[in-house]
Amino acid sequence: MSAALKPEAPAPLVRARDLTVRFVSRDSTVHAVNGVDLDLAQGEVLCLLGESGSGKSVTLRALMKLLPKRAQVGGTIEVAGRDVQAMSERQLADFRGGDVAMIFQEPMTALDPVFTIGRQIAEAVQRHEGASRAAADARALELLELVHIPSAKRRLAAYPHELSGGLRQRAMIAVALACKPKVLLADEPTTALDATVQIQVLLLLRELQEKLGMGVIFVTHDLGVAGEIADRVAVMYAGRVVEEGPVGPFMAGPLHPYPQGLLGATVHAGMRGKRLTTIPGAPPSLERLPEGCAFAPRCNLAEPACTAAMPEARHAGPGRMARCIKVPGM
Amino acid sequence: MVVASLPGMTALSQAPDRGGPAQPLLEVTGLVKHFPIHGGLLGRQVATVRAVDGVDLTILKGETLGIVGESGCGKSTTARLLMRLLDPDAGRMVFDGETVGGSDQAGGIALRDYRRQVQMVFQDSYASLNPRLTIEETIAFAPKVHGVPAQEARERAHDLLAAVGLAPGQFARRYPHELSGGQRQRINIARALALQPRLVILDEPVSALDKSVEAQVLNLLVDLKEKFGLTYAFISHDLNVVQYISDRVLVMYLGKVAEHGPVGEIYEHPAHPYTRALLASRPSMDPGQRRTEPPLTGDPPNPVNPPSGCRFRTRCTMAEAVCAEREPAPATLMNGHEAACHAAMAGSGHSAAPRIAA
Repeated sequence: MSAALKPEAPAPLVRARDLTVRFVSRDSTVHAVNGVDLDLAQGEVLCLLGESGSGKSVTLRALMKLLPKRAQVGGTIEVAGRDVQAMSERQLADFRGGDVAMIFQEPMTALDPVFTIGRQIAEAVQRHEGASRAAADARALELLELVHIPSAKRRLAAYPHELSGGLRQRAMIAVALACKPKVLLADEPTTALDATVQIQVLLLLRELQEKLGMGVIFVTHDLGVAGEIADRVAVMYAGRVVEEGPVGPFMAGPLHPYPQGLLGATVHAGMRGKRLTTIPGAPPSLERLPEGCAFAPRCNLAEPACTAAMPEARHAGPGRMARCIKVPGM
Repeated sequence: MVVASLPGMTALSQAPDRGGPAQPLLEVTGLVKHFPIHGGLLGRQVATVRAVDGVDLTILKGETLGIVGESGCGKSTTARLLMRLLDPDAGRMVFDGETVGGSDQAGGIALRDYRRQVQMVFQDSYASLNPRLTIEETIAFAPKVHGVPAQEARERAHDLLAAVGLAPGQFARRYPHELSGGQRQRINIARALALQPRLVILDEPVSALDKSVEAQVLNLLVDLKEKFGLTYAFISHDLNVVQYISDRVLVMYLGKVAEHGPVGEIYEHPAHPYTRALLASRPSMDPGQRRTEPPLTGDPPNPVNPPSGCRFRTRCTMAEAVCAEREPAPATLMNGHEAACHAAMAGSGHSAAPRIAA
């Protein structure tokens, strides 16, 4: 299943340049994404890390052209070598599920409650590969086994509400993987799960990603989850990527003051009795973004130059980037 | 014990300590709450959710008791029972030496007085605020009900807003929808403190917040506890947060207490296999130490039909025949550390059980 999927192509699987998303209504314009550059290589897991309102989920949806019509999307998006912005609805229908698939936080709303799990997987196979019903049903069974659903044969005939939260999440992953997508987009797929189930799903996703050689973009707000699954991390703040780099050096010492603050504010073992360091204030309103660095009003290192203009991306160390004038550039 | 009071407060102040420092603030024994499930054509009862099934717990004065567990373990039902938002099917609650819900003949504390001394903060900061009341009205509401004059209640609301770090002049007249999640949770905390309670039950108070805001609220909770002489019951699924804030920890699984003890003991020497698995499930922030095998397989079972004997045995790697036959009694390990596991109980018949000293 995996061998055919690994062409030695140097071109990135996902390539977004200067991606912008605006939601315009009569009385306000929300600048959700403001110039994001993203690259995802074959077989790589990129974590988009950020708090609510940072634009991480909107970015993810833009990659699949899933945003509502009123969203104004700018910049270029190439996924698996195809220009997403230029695709027609008909092309998108082939593209979604075939080349790219998405998994969501809440499987109960992502799965159709009136069809069995088996039917929902087989439908995708029939639609995209033109397989016969029998062949598609056989694939559905194979996929349920792939995501380690116990007594898979019996579960094929189960409706989503008959499964537990963890099994439902596995079933949704099986639907997403039905047509061997090259890119898997995951929007906080483990956030709603219990601790002991979350780690199972994370390990499953990692195993599947290695087995199938997929590229994965994984949106999360949880640094621990990123530490468990990511190869590379991109931290978003107010619709921009403020820092990007390999997960190891990033976790050991972020460059940008925002992820530094985030890491300090995340409670972990051995902090008992110590006062938590916090980031003062709250993220800026996306309707009125400040000139210059959006984090400057909350940053204790800020100086006049920070609010004058948006800091350029500075490269520090292999594969590391930060948008902060305090980072020594190379 | 410091009985803190805000300046100018006369009509309502924190109730005095009655039982002395050694008397636990709240002692609960044999707490049970079952929910019937009705179904079929005639709406007969077809099953029972055994949400809380015989829980004993003690909250000492001035401490923070952390309650952890996964969904369906009964931690939120326990919180609502402690607050008496639900009536328990069985069990006894003693608040500072007085039976809760007692009558005049038997002595004890009436529910109305109990509820004034125990307040609660919920997870959903928006759903727990009245959208039609301004912040000031929300906080002043309960004191007014308890007989504080309107003017004084409003002043108290302003003092509390300042205490939770929101400028009264800026926020008092706003409505809940005009605030961020972190600010709303501060309002909920201020409202809980308006009656000068002694015990505050915090049901997942930071779970819906972003990490940077979560740290702000945790710091605030630590400060307020000190300032107002509070005792906390802190319910969460986040093991790191519970470790940070708690003095003692209670681990629940399917409506039962699996293990409880001082926070250091629970995190350094967990005795129950479920506690060990829960601790091992925490994602590590260090990508160099990724795990390859999940500590547990499967989901927590449905509390409608819990397994016989030990409820954890269906997911436990150490399960033996005895675990299905008998329910484990809490085994005392040391320093008030108890684990309900046959493997920890001497003479239980489990192969890993400690030998009985001759």
